[in-house]
Amino acid sequence: MQKHTFTIGLFALIALIVALSQLNILDQYYTSVIMFMGVNVMLASSLNLVNGYMGEFSCGHGGFMCVGAYVSSLCTVLMFSKNQILGAPLLPPQLAFIGFPIALMVGAGAAAVAGLVVAIPSFKTRGDYLAIITLAANYIIISAINNMEIVGGPRGFMGMSATDRAMSGVIDLPWMLIFVLLGSVFTVWLLRRFVTSTLGKGVPAICQDEIAAEIMSVDTNRMKLIAFMLSSGLAGLAGGLYAHVLGYVNPQSFDIMRSTEVMVMVYLGGMGSLSGAAIAAVSYTVLMEALRFLDVWKWVVIPLLLILLMQFRPEGIMGNKELSDLFPKLRKYYSFK
Amino acid sequence: MEIFQNILNALQFGSFYALIALGYTLVYGVLRLINFAHGDIFMVGAYLAYFVAVTLLGIGGLNLGLHVDPALALAITVPATMILTALVGVTLERTAYRPLRRKGADRLYVVITALMAGLVLENGNLALLGASRKRFPDLIDKVIWNLGGVSVTNLKVVVIVAAIAVFLMLQFIVTRTKIGMAMRGISYDKFAIPLMGIPLDTIIVVTFVLGSAMAGLAGILFAMSYPILEPYMGALIGWKAFIAAVVGGIGDIRGAIVGGFMLGFIEIGVVAVFPSTLRDLFAFSVLLIILWLRPTGIYGVAQTTKI
Repeated sequence: MQKHTFTIGLFALIALIVALSQLNILDQYYTSVIMFMGVNVMLASSLNLVNGYMGEFSCGHGGFMCVGAYVSSLCTVLMFSKNQILGAPLLPPQLAFIGFPIALMVGAGAAAVAGLVVAIPSFKTRGDYLAIITLAANYIIISAINNMEIVGGPRGFMGMSATDRAMSGVIDLPWMLIFVLLGSVFTVWLLRRFVTSTLGKGVPAICQDEIAAEIMSVDTNRMKLIAFMLSSGLAGLAGGLYAHVLGYVNPQSFDIMRSTEVMVMVYLGGMGSLSGAAIAAVSYTVLMEALRFLDVWKWVVIPLLLILLMQFRPEGIMGNKELSDLFPKLRKYYSFK
Repeated sequence: MEIFQNILNALQFGSFYALIALGYTLVYGVLRLINFAHGDIFMVGAYLAYFVAVTLLGIGGLNLGLHVDPALALAITVPATMILTALVGVTLERTAYRPLRRKGADRLYVVITALMAGLVLENGNLALLGASRKRFPDLIDKVIWNLGGVSVTNLKVVVIVAAIAVFLMLQFIVTRTKIGMAMRGISYDKFAIPLMGIPLDTIIVVTFVLGSAMAGLAGILFAMSYPILEPYMGALIGWKAFIAAVVGGIGDIRGAIVGGFMLGFIEIGVVAVFPSTLRDLFAFSVLLIILWLRPTGIYGVAQTTKI
């Protein structure tokens, strides 16, 4: 029993949220806030692998999210909706349940390949110079998409909501919510399994001392390749979900501001702490919504809060710890892998 | 003839990038800190120039009842803006960076603080002044010389000359004066320098004064060349100037100038051949390739890491 309490609890929570949303107790607004929370959890925890565990400074996460969003949107629009350029839907709506996850995976794969742009230079470059490469990668991706007429260029791309409609047309459930929640659980689970695995221990080793890690037989180039590709792939997954939640994407929403936002979540939560990243992503989303009444001043207040955080608790909310380290006595009720 | 016109435009754009990149490189050279707020200090410089100029001309700003001649107004605006912008830079250093440095916080936290300080400046400006754009008044009459088909304006010449003069001045300060020696010393060993009787904080403040004043100068020149001001004007040009600084080899003054002009030439060159929407794509791809081939930039020296 103890072995499964955590899993059962987690899935009960997901079922509860989905049920509340289905019964309209949570209205559309709250549902969409929860979905953005899920997307942000995915983004923050995937960036945490590079910026937190590996100690690099990647500031182009929005670009990989962009690749994932566009590629998976292109797939679903091709499969399930009518588009002026791409023509009529290729598949019947019943297949959306298989098609949508496959499209997400294709998007994630494309984003992971885009991650190579950063991963290969990272063999030779570190620190500030690598930060520039990530920044340049973000700009390159955005302006490449701006110049692609097939996805609408700067005007943006839409038609993704047809997939959601196709799925709820067959079985009436809030499918996007389910996919986002499952996606964020999957992301955190995968990252957790990766960094605690024997292979994944190489990532914090690179952070602490790259040369020493190399001497201790960690293949640093391979580790960097895996870490960057995993991180950007998961960002692509988050991007795909984001695009389908919104039903509309344009390149400007993945620019340097988005990357900064994700970075803020990582440092708010604490580097090298997955639960910290998740908590920070949730609280950041809540803060953004709660401060909506401040209008323009919101963007003054939030950076100021972060400056104060850096002054008084620079290690972030969780520091280097996980939630389970803070409450060790609770451990007897669950086991966490 | 078109090619000479393009070279001239590239030199002008490169001058703006170089002037801003100098600020990045100065601060980085001394503190190993990427001052991400620098692009926004440039924006603040342009706005300060606007307010000083309209106040002096008596067409807005503080109503002091002044109606100064435009030429005199320019003569006052330039030093006033540079001083005010330098004050902004020093304030930032005092309130945000110095406490962190005193605590011995990790470099990364200072970078985040800088990033956030930039956002505060940007959006604070937006919140205070509103989203309407400001039009910078004409302070000098535009003179256009036509040199065999190439149109040269006096502003372009001023911008290019200013960038080169600033470069020579900073190069002199850093390599030939005592303060410059202290700056290089700090970048070499921050802990040994105070033991040699050199006031660390004063040198750092001087660095911020120099860097921010140059951003202020760039702000005035930019506002005079492209007289529409908006709060986000510093963001993109700041990021690009930063990339220019890194490509040149951040921490080296020659690198900032070379990187700035190179970025200018790449951008104008791309626009001359391809549609202008491809400008960023090509410019950043070229920069990426340069960094790929020379990971520490053109003038940068590889840092040795020890076990």
